[in-house]
Amino acid sequence: MLQEGKQALWKEYQKEIADNRYFYVRSCVRQNFFPASEATFLKIITEELGKDIYEHPSHTSCSGIGYHTDVIPFETTMTMVARQFALMTEAGYPNLVPSCITSFGLYTEVLDTWHHFPEVEARVREHLRKATGREFEKPANIAHASDIIFKLRNEIAAKAKHKLVNHITGKTLRGVEHIGCHYSKMFPQKGIGGAEYPYVLIGMIEAWGGEVVDYPERRHCCGFGFRQYLVKANRGYSVASSKKKFESMEPYKPDFILTNCPGCPYFLDRWQYAIAEMEGTTYGENGMGIPVLTYEELAGLVLGYDPWDLGLQVHQVSVEPLLDKMGISYNPSSKYVGKNGKFLGVPFKPNTLKVC
Amino acid sequence: MPDFGYKIAKDRQIDYDENKRLIFSEVAAWEPSIYRCISCGTCAATCSAGQYTDYSLRKLILLVKRGEEQEVITNVSKCLLCGKCQLACPMGVNTRNLILGIQNAVKKTTYAV
Amino acid sequence: MSKTVLIIGGGVAGLEASGVLSKLGYTITIVEASDRIGGKLNRWANLFPTQRPAEEVLNYLKFQLDPNTSIITNTKIDDISLGKTQVSATLSNGNCIQADAVLVSTGFEFFDARKKEEYGYKIYENVITSVDLEQIFKDGKELKTSQGKTPKRIGIIHCVGSRDEKVGNTYCSKVCCVTGVKQAIEIKERIPSCEVFNFYMDLRMFDRHFEDIYKKAQVEHHVQFIRGRLSEAFENPDGSVMIKVEDTLLGKPMKMNLDLVVLMVGFVPSSSSVFLKKGLQLETGNDGFFTPADEHYKTVCSNQKGVFFAGACTGPKTIENTITEARAAALEIATYLNQN
Repeated sequence: MLQEGKQALWKEYQKEIADNRYFYVRSCVRQNFFPASEATFLKIITEELGKDIYEHPSHTSCSGIGYHTDVIPFETTMTMVARQFALMTEAGYPNLVPSCITSFGLYTEVLDTWHHFPEVEARVREHLRKATGREFEKPANIAHASDIIFKLRNEIAAKAKHKLVNHITGKTLRGVEHIGCHYSKMFPQKGIGGAEYPYVLIGMIEAWGGEVVDYPERRHCCGFGFRQYLVKANRGYSVASSKKKFESMEPYKPDFILTNCPGCPYFLDRWQYAIAEMEGTTYGENGMGIPVLTYEELAGLVLGYDPWDLGLQVHQVSVEPLLDKMGISYNPSSKYVGKNGKFLGVPFKPNTLKVC
Repeated sequence: MPDFGYKIAKDRQIDYDENKRLIFSEVAAWEPSIYRCISCGTCAATCSAGQYTDYSLRKLILLVKRGEEQEVITNVSKCLLCGKCQLACPMGVNTRNLILGIQNAVKKTTYAV
Repeated sequence: MSKTVLIIGGGVAGLEASGVLSKLGYTITIVEASDRIGGKLNRWANLFPTQRPAEEVLNYLKFQLDPNTSIITNTKIDDISLGKTQVSATLSNGNCIQADAVLVSTGFEFFDARKKEEYGYKIYENVITSVDLEQIFKDGKELKTSQGKTPKRIGIIHCVGSRDEKVGNTYCSKVCCVTGVKQAIEIKERIPSCEVFNFYMDLRMFDRHFEDIYKKAQVEHHVQFIRGRLSEAFENPDGSVMIKVEDTLLGKPMKMNLDLVVLMVGFVPSSSSVFLKKGLQLETGNDGFFTPADEHYKTVCSNQKGVFFAGACTGPKTIENTITEARAAALEIATYLNQN
């Protein structure tokens, strides 16, 4: 791999990322899949880095899942997006920060549609006015939450309690990354590093002391893909997609997989269990899986947050091997103790996949 | 094993590195005119068997070349050996002998397995 | 005093036209941007379809030049404008040239394969272009992977930068198909045990002998032709390249590991075209190549009096067509100068 070639390409795909005054919109599914990721993002942005970020209590789904599965027409989706913009305008925040990759893609797509078809924008404004009486200004800047962490990666590195380095051997930890499709495949110019060699997660891993390996099936779908998962009969394609990726990354012996999309970490994490059960194959060390992290979780670990506060106990693949390598201390007995102090119960052990 | 209600989908991608191409090595030595095929489809258009089944000599030759041997095995027996394809072929592929060669190679390799 | 012709570009077209015009009694100045005349022929080992050494044609072109031809290399044109009967050019060396006619023979440039990001040129170590491969042949070097191994399997990728709206080139570059076949044969001649695959959309074997070498590649050298355009490439841990194509004639996706990938880069208009178009008020098509006065019967004339075209500046072209055009242009220029 010729790094200078990649770096030359990365230079061509820079984008404007707002510095402050963010309007945060949450993902529908992440709060269930990876409950602490968004809370961690807000904590890092406000407490660690002192930025002004606001969440509106009335914001809704962007309707992206419905749009991508043909349940909701684009006209309706655009009006819902317009309503989010109206909330932003009312709150006085210019810079939109979606937590979800599909939302990010959708907001970008809607704005691009309006750019090319101003009459559609005028119609949507009319729809919104009739339905809610609201008006809106378009965001000055849209950046995905991972773009914000990318922009602030060096500030995070400066405050790091742990590096992506094996604290016993001193060896740099190896990560593989997986970018959500709607981050840059639709609009390569809107993604840091473009669509073919996105840099957004690589930048974080490198800034925090790790090494990134580019595996052959990096661009392949994680296995979510809306249509291939939502209908049960299609889930065989979903799990097969994840399997293709695991088989491709396994020879590189990655210490972790890093993702920036709501669906990808979920499927890359849970399907390791399903594949182990169905075929007896595991991809990590000693019969375990390869830990899968969101970028907020990784940032949290680097900043020294308690792994159980980051919600790592709800992962299917145990993250303890990674914690041990990074030299992060954790209390195994409090793994399943809830935030309210109540014991959550211990999940059933899988038959094949080894877990801690 | 828990019943998930679905199975891991089989990959339909041709994996050229995994495929062995045993039939091809047999056939290419037996009937080298296989190299002359330009996949024009003249053979398949005129083929009697191809009108009623999904048999196509053009595809069969490609399946042999790529090493998609299971599909070769299920398809090669559909040929009626009438010889019309040989008459039609613009490149002078000895199709009759080629098909016999594929059939023999299939027998040889399936026995070998 | 004889009339003067300024020839912009000392490649195949410019050299051939220069020789003919000298014989017809005109005074010639060739301005060449690079350090030597001969154009792309300098970078090529052997020519399709016969595999004759490129040097033979280069030597002929140099040999037929008149010794009195003024050849200015390493020089660009800074400014150019048309007068009533003359063209004036200011050169990057500070000199000014007046001429009675000008021949634009600026040729083409190779498509920058880095623009097809997903193919990994200059990112993956074992992805090279047809130009790189030709240079290896020309230098008489052994064909090796970047790991120093003799390649066991090589893929030749057609239409890189051609017939591709995404990179802005909708046209066919005409000569890459047959170059791919020629280079496949040359690889097999050097490494007979190497498997060679050509991945194509269409094979346009339009000229004499082309179909013959396409058949020769298959029958004698067992080169395989797979109809499917490369969609993306990845580097494996050992430096080999995994490619994804569809075998469109089987209707199935396919992956394959290759030790070396050769990208058949197409033609793009010379970067000087934009400047010359402005200075001489010429016309170009959407593809950026110059548009002649008539695309059937005035292919060497421009929309401006006294400005003529020859070679690939009006679109992708073979060497033989370029030489024929250069002679036609010389005759057209002579006719024009006699009338004025």
